[in-house]
Amino acid sequence: MDKIAIVGVAQTQYERRKKDETFYDLVYEVTSKALEDAGLALEDIDNVITVSNDFLDGRTISSMAVGEAAGAYDKNISTVEGDGTFGAFYGAMRVLGGFRSTLVVAHSKGSEGDIRCITNGMFDPIYQRCLGLEAVSASALQANAYMDRYGVTETDFARVSVKNHGNAKNNPFAQLPLDLTVDDVMGSQKIADPIKRLDCSPVSDGAAAVIIASEGMAKKARTKPVWIRGVAHCAEEYFLGDRDLADPKSLRAAAQKAFRMAGIERPLEQVDVVELYDAFSYMEPLWLEAMGFCDPGEGGTLIEKGVTTMAGKMPVNPSGGVLSAHALLVAGLARIAEAVLQLRGDAGARQVQGARTALAHGINGPCGQSHCVWILSGEK
Amino acid sequence: MPPSVEGFPREKPFCCGSRGEGKTSITLVEVRIMAAWLEGVEGLTLKGQIRVPYTWWVGEVGSRFLMALRDECKILGNRCKVCNTVYVPPRKNCGRCFVNIDAWVELGREGVVTAHTIVRFEYPLQPVKPPFAYAVIKLDGADVGLVHIVKKDLERLRNGVRVRAVFKEQRTGHILDIDSFQIV
Amino acid sequence: MARKVAIVGTGQTDHRSHRPDVNGRELIYEAVTRALEDCELAIRDIDAIVIGNMDHFESINSVDTWSVEGSGAFMKPILKVTTGGTTGTSVAIAAAYHVASGLFDRVLAVGWEKNSESDTTAAIVTCSDPIWDRFSYSGAIPSLATEASAYMEKTGATQEDAARVAVRDRNHAVNNPYAHLRKSITLEDVMESPMLAYPIKLLDVCPRTDGACAVVFSADGVAQKICPRPAWIKSCAVRHTYTWFGDSSDYNAGLVSLQRAAREAYARAGIARPAEDLDVAELYLPYTYAGLKWIEDLGFCGPGEGPRFVRDGHTDMGGKIPVNPSGGVISTNCIGATALLRVAEAATQIMGKGGKRQVPDVKNALATGFGGCFWSDVVILSADRP
Repeated sequence: MDKIAIVGVAQTQYERRKKDETFYDLVYEVTSKALEDAGLALEDIDNVITVSNDFLDGRTISSMAVGEAAGAYDKNISTVEGDGTFGAFYGAMRVLGGFRSTLVVAHSKGSEGDIRCITNGMFDPIYQRCLGLEAVSASALQANAYMDRYGVTETDFARVSVKNHGNAKNNPFAQLPLDLTVDDVMGSQKIADPIKRLDCSPVSDGAAAVIIASEGMAKKARTKPVWIRGVAHCAEEYFLGDRDLADPKSLRAAAQKAFRMAGIERPLEQVDVVELYDAFSYMEPLWLEAMGFCDPGEGGTLIEKGVTTMAGKMPVNPSGGVLSAHALLVAGLARIAEAVLQLRGDAGARQVQGARTALAHGINGPCGQSHCVWILSGEK
Repeated sequence: MPPSVEGFPREKPFCCGSRGEGKTSITLVEVRIMAAWLEGVEGLTLKGQIRVPYTWWVGEVGSRFLMALRDECKILGNRCKVCNTVYVPPRKNCGRCFVNIDAWVELGREGVVTAHTIVRFEYPLQPVKPPFAYAVIKLDGADVGLVHIVKKDLERLRNGVRVRAVFKEQRTGHILDIDSFQIV
Repeated sequence: MARKVAIVGTGQTDHRSHRPDVNGRELIYEAVTRALEDCELAIRDIDAIVIGNMDHFESINSVDTWSVEGSGAFMKPILKVTTGGTTGTSVAIAAAYHVASGLFDRVLAVGWEKNSESDTTAAIVTCSDPIWDRFSYSGAIPSLATEASAYMEKTGATQEDAARVAVRDRNHAVNNPYAHLRKSITLEDVMESPMLAYPIKLLDVCPRTDGACAVVFSADGVAQKICPRPAWIKSCAVRHTYTWFGDSSDYNAGLVSLQRAAREAYARAGIARPAEDLDVAELYLPYTYAGLKWIEDLGFCGPGEGPRFVRDGHTDMGGKIPVNPSGGVISTNCIGATALLRVAEAATQIMGKGGKRQVPDVKNALATGFGGCFWSDVVILSADRP
């Protein structure tokens, strides 16, 4: 794979409700800020990929609302509907395919729609939608399957919430920096067993943008380039009953491919920081296992053993993760943006010292049916 | 962080790193010019809803399955001849082998719960008021799970328990012709 | 593009107004299996999949993950690209970039729509901005009608001129076994059909269709092993210009997005005189007047000359530049697939697989996509490796 890099990133503040900003405003904000971050001008951006979802926006052809705000006037443009990590993947392929640079921008306002209705729309209209399934109850099934298989406990999950909301205190963009204890999480309102309120991410309003550049354009940008060493995604079966919910095989395949591209053979030793998609607390240990950072079933011990805490060998979600800020579609792109800040040494109070290699991750579909894994490096 | 202009909200932080003082003063000037027209402007909202009616084609394979529920209180699956997986609901093709499936299998009305969750929040799209459970059920004869609901005896619900399909009196050719699954 | 890309196979469903025998996934499966058959590949040979449709026509959120069983994406990478009417060409271009990037050797592009499952106009109305446009936007037809009446006033084009476009496309469709509408019509049929929004009558405009299309893209070095005469992607360009429907109100300017996209695509492909350098064109013409004015924007003829160019037979089979040998959008319109069908049909022409609708000696072919807020995509294909 040719050398390509991320040279600009931007995020909005994530909030419950951004009542003064439209989608256009959010996209314009992060587009402008990403350009400023990179020290590039609009004419340095050859093409644009927007990321939006027609259900969230209440608008078919949702891309229509934001193309202009993304600086796409008189430029080549396309739109991915899915998590920002997948949109950025397409953006990267377009640079590998000949453009000097791609701006990738994702937005969503969870406050403007009925999220349960919208996630219910992911389920099969003939066999599952009428059961009322939506993201939380389906994820609860996965958490249950996971606990049942390996004996991972709700306390293990609670520790993730405590860690990540605590980490969010260092992230000026996060919506929910919180001082929690395991008891707080365990005592929080039950939603769908075993998921409780403090095991859930919020639903946020926000946007993020990244600028991906060829080696030549990276020289023009003023930031330290963060090189894309490996990137892959993979999807498994659709029907929940067809899947082994406790075994994220699509993530395993995607991670293995991304590591192979990046020449990483011992993930736990060679990766310095991870930003993964923890929409629910149980997802952090489950995804870490499938990525190969520990054996299946061992994910619940990583916090206790001090491996994935801020002081640990491989901090996970120093930003506070998706548990602390969850603008749908944006959250995966935000993981990439956070990883880039880490590798530049620009992560302020949440900086993992000396981070050289980072993993960023996003998911699509119910219960992580599809995963996209990015391996980024501060070194060429 | 730049100081706030009198009567005007504090400027939002930039995305990363630090910005020189020169940049900040330019921003403050812009803010002062904007302040005049922003005063007294309220953030209005517009309510709307997408109302589009849908009629989804079930397809021939799905139709046969739903008709068997309606007319015979039978649960049908079908089997891929390449990998021998028995699917329920039945499929026109196997997603793994990518070949047509044409071997129908009559499944039992009972099965084993392999995953479940007790839902405690209320929401209009739910078929029944909480608490109720979603369960992934491996029906006798099937190789994949069917997702459905369990309404009663929730305190006895565990992974591994046997459950039985309870059919509605009035059936229309719908997955909810099975009212729910009951712990045996 | 970094690595050269070619189309090596295509497949499409039997397009109908209703396909009650299949659900959406099964419709996709039909197109995909036919595409694989066309190039004699198995699903395991496919490295990645790109899929597109317009969400609110079937109300399925996260179509890429929903489609896996039918699109063949089990344990493969799949992503969804959606840009309104231009979806099909955007999907084709995405698949081409998957290959051009060097990361994938054989990529499947899938476009589909089951328009019979919803009220098409109610769904499409939601593409307009809810605060500024939705109260006045009443669907695709009225906005195109404004463009058409402005054109008639400026150039003196008549309803009969436009009707000729429908007669041509519907005639062509008789040779296409997959087309939705396969009966030819006369000028009188069009003129006597009910007026929908002046000057657009029922037979001036496309139908709604249930259908899917799948196209296999492959890399230089691999494509030649799969297909004896691959259809190389010479260039592609996209302009999704406007945000609000009022932005495109200078009708004297023509279809600006098509002019700009075509200019870029022609320049990269070395097309200087389109009507001479191109051998066939599969154009996204959702209604007849587009067949008069957009060929001017494409440079087939000068401004105002569209009606005469069509009347003189230059766009018929056997003419200078046959347009829509497949029957075009006026004969088949499964929206998420429609623009992809233009690419598939253009590729079919180059590969020499067009059967009764084959244009002889096709070297260079043009495919366009249209949709959204007067947006355009342009793809140029060639029998010659770039």
